[in-house]
Amino acid sequence: MAILVFAENVNGTFKKPTFEALSYASVVAKNLGTEVHAVAFGTASDEQYQNLATHGASKIFVINHPALASFIGPAYASGIATVAKQTQSQIVVIPQTYNGRAVAPRVAVKLDAAMFSGVTSLIAKSGNGYEVQRSAYSLKAIETTSTQRDKLVITLKSNAYKVEKNPASGLVENFVFEPSARDLLLKPQRVIKASSKISLTEADIVVSAGRGLKGPENWGMIEELADLLGAATACSKPVADVEWRPHHEHVGQTGIQISPNVYIAIGISGAIQHLAGVSSSKTIVVINSDPEAPFFKAADVGIVGDAFQVVPALIQSVKKYKASH
Amino acid sequence: MKILVCISHVPDTTTKIQFDAEGKALNKAGVTFIVCPYDEFALSRAAELKEKQGANITILCVGKAEVDPTIRKAIAIVGDQAVRIDAEPLDAFFVAKQIAEYAKTQSFDLIMFGKESIDFNGSQVSGMVAELLDLPDISFATSIDINGNTATLTREIDGGKEEIVCDLPLVLSAQKGLAEWRIANVKGIMAARTKPIQVITPVDIPYYTQTIKLTQPPAKQGCIYLKPDETDKLVQILSEKGAL
Ligand SMILES: Cc1cc2nc3c(=O)[nH]c(=O)nc-3n(C[C@H](O)[C@H](O)[C@H](O)COP(=O)(O)OP(=O)(O)OC[C@H]3O[C@@H](n4cnc5c(N)ncnc54)[C@H](O)[C@@H]3O)c2cc1C
Ligand SMILES: Nc1ncnc2c1ncn2[C@@H]1O[C@H](COP(=O)(O)O)[C@@H](O)[C@H]1O
Repeated sequence: MAILVFAENVNGTFKKPTFEALSYASVVAKNLGTEVHAVAFGTASDEQYQNLATHGASKIFVINHPALASFIGPAYASGIATVAKQTQSQIVVIPQTYNGRAVAPRVAVKLDAAMFSGVTSLIAKSGNGYEVQRSAYSLKAIETTSTQRDKLVITLKSNAYKVEKNPASGLVENFVFEPSARDLLLKPQRVIKASSKISLTEADIVVSAGRGLKGPENWGMIEELADLLGAATACSKPVADVEWRPHHEHVGQTGIQISPNVYIAIGISGAIQHLAGVSSSKTIVVINSDPEAPFFKAADVGIVGDAFQVVPALIQSVKKYKASH
Repeated sequence: MKILVCISHVPDTTTKIQFDAEGKALNKAGVTFIVCPYDEFALSRAAELKEKQGANITILCVGKAEVDPTIRKAIAIVGDQAVRIDAEPLDAFFVAKQIAEYAKTQSFDLIMFGKESIDFNGSQVSGMVAELLDLPDISFATSIDINGNTATLTREIDGGKEEIVCDLPLVLSAQKGLAEWRIANVKGIMAARTKPIQVITPVDIPYYTQTIKLTQPPAKQGCIYLKPDETDKLVQILSEKGAL
């Protein structure tokens, strides 16, 4: 028995969601008296694998198959499930990235395991099975849920668990896995990179703006503030709908759900559908000229004021701070 | 082309979520239910495919009779027939098995889902159905075009999009972008009133998961207000939060 983590790499680099999943799995493993294994596809440098070990992987199973150089959901799911079966892993932890969410349900079916997604708590034993907490109703509720199955697949909500070092042996093992013809029916063609420099789902800080900015020509200050803070930019739905901003920046119920460390909302009213995508952010800063804007109810820090004055002043303050630190 | 669109019956997006006395389920009093907005992207794209190249569209929902009005809302957008599997949809694996059992008796070229239901936000059912039917699936699809037997899709990935080609039959889950939402017209709404909803007895399988408790997320401590000229203070707070 072990806990298996899907270690997702992008061109040989493991990213934050993988380290969150390993850090999380290490604590669960300690509580359950077992160890953490990782499964990775393709090739990565020794240094990259060492990084998995530092965050808790005692074994790293590498599936390096020519047909699986780029992500193919059904085939990756087969690979992960094959490793889980051969190593008798009872629990599979998958980061809640797009690719993670694509493979998880297929892995659960292959293992005939119970599945929970968007998990925010550690996994606790409950009878023969397990109990966890997860977010539900688009962040408007927290569900405590359990299963009596002894096998479990979870996706771990991004930013729900801090990255921590947890040095383990990190033995790298080549794992021979041959995908079936049916695993390979999807033919990936190409990746179209979003223009934004920092990916929204991975960003630690997000600067977001809405209809209060009046027009696309006014986004210069938003981008400047984001650059200074090393933040990603986001927007409300109507702003993407009228194409002031690209669609991939739209956050909320029907857009991307994010939970960064800091979310700065500028000229956004805070409609319930917008909050549904951002309200689990750790700290929410709201800048809005209307003291009655509903967003203030969800805010930690608020400034009632005109964005066209507050944002340039904030940019100056950040510059001043940076110059003196 | 035969298309199956699976829909879930969810509280309207503006609903204030409250729970029943036991804290185990949604308090449905006064709640308006709608077709999950992501499923509407799937329905709208199905309608476009039907207009462009012809298709027969089945709508499917796992639920008790209370979901019939929601099914009719979906038929009003597009639908030639509808099926309801008569069971409480308490668990994604259960729902997926019910859908897969039904789909096995038909031969759909395309099975469409929403990327997630906005009640339990699982993103589970589509991948599970695909695995149960041994079909390829593309989740978070932002476009699909079909040429003969071959589909070209884009799907959302972290930091961009990915283009994928696949032969039919296949399963997809709809992300925003797949189509513009359609508003049902009067003709559609009238037609939906009389279209039959076939009710099917569920297969007898267990639920794998149980809800123990639903709670509200912890309330915010309350907002600290700063004046418009106190941006230095805001930067101080941001630095304390580790943002600088
Ligand atoms: C099914 C459904 C799904 C939806 N999904 C989403 C979603 O995923 N994401 C989303 O964002 N929306 C979503 N919406 C839309 C949502 O209901 C709101 O309409 C939308 O979020 C409003 O966007 P906004 O705040 O930018 O614009 P507005 O509501 O117009 O608010 C603009 C704000 O800017 C402020 N303002 C104006 N001038 C200034 C100034 N000079 N300085 C500072 N502040 C100023 C105003 O006081 C106001 O609060 C959805 C709606 C539906 C029905
Ligand atoms: N009870 C249900 N009946 C039919 N389809 C469903 C049901 N629940 C969920 N679905 C479909 O599965 C998708 C994903 O749901 P979920 O995995 O619960 O997030 C939804 O967008 C629907 O397309």
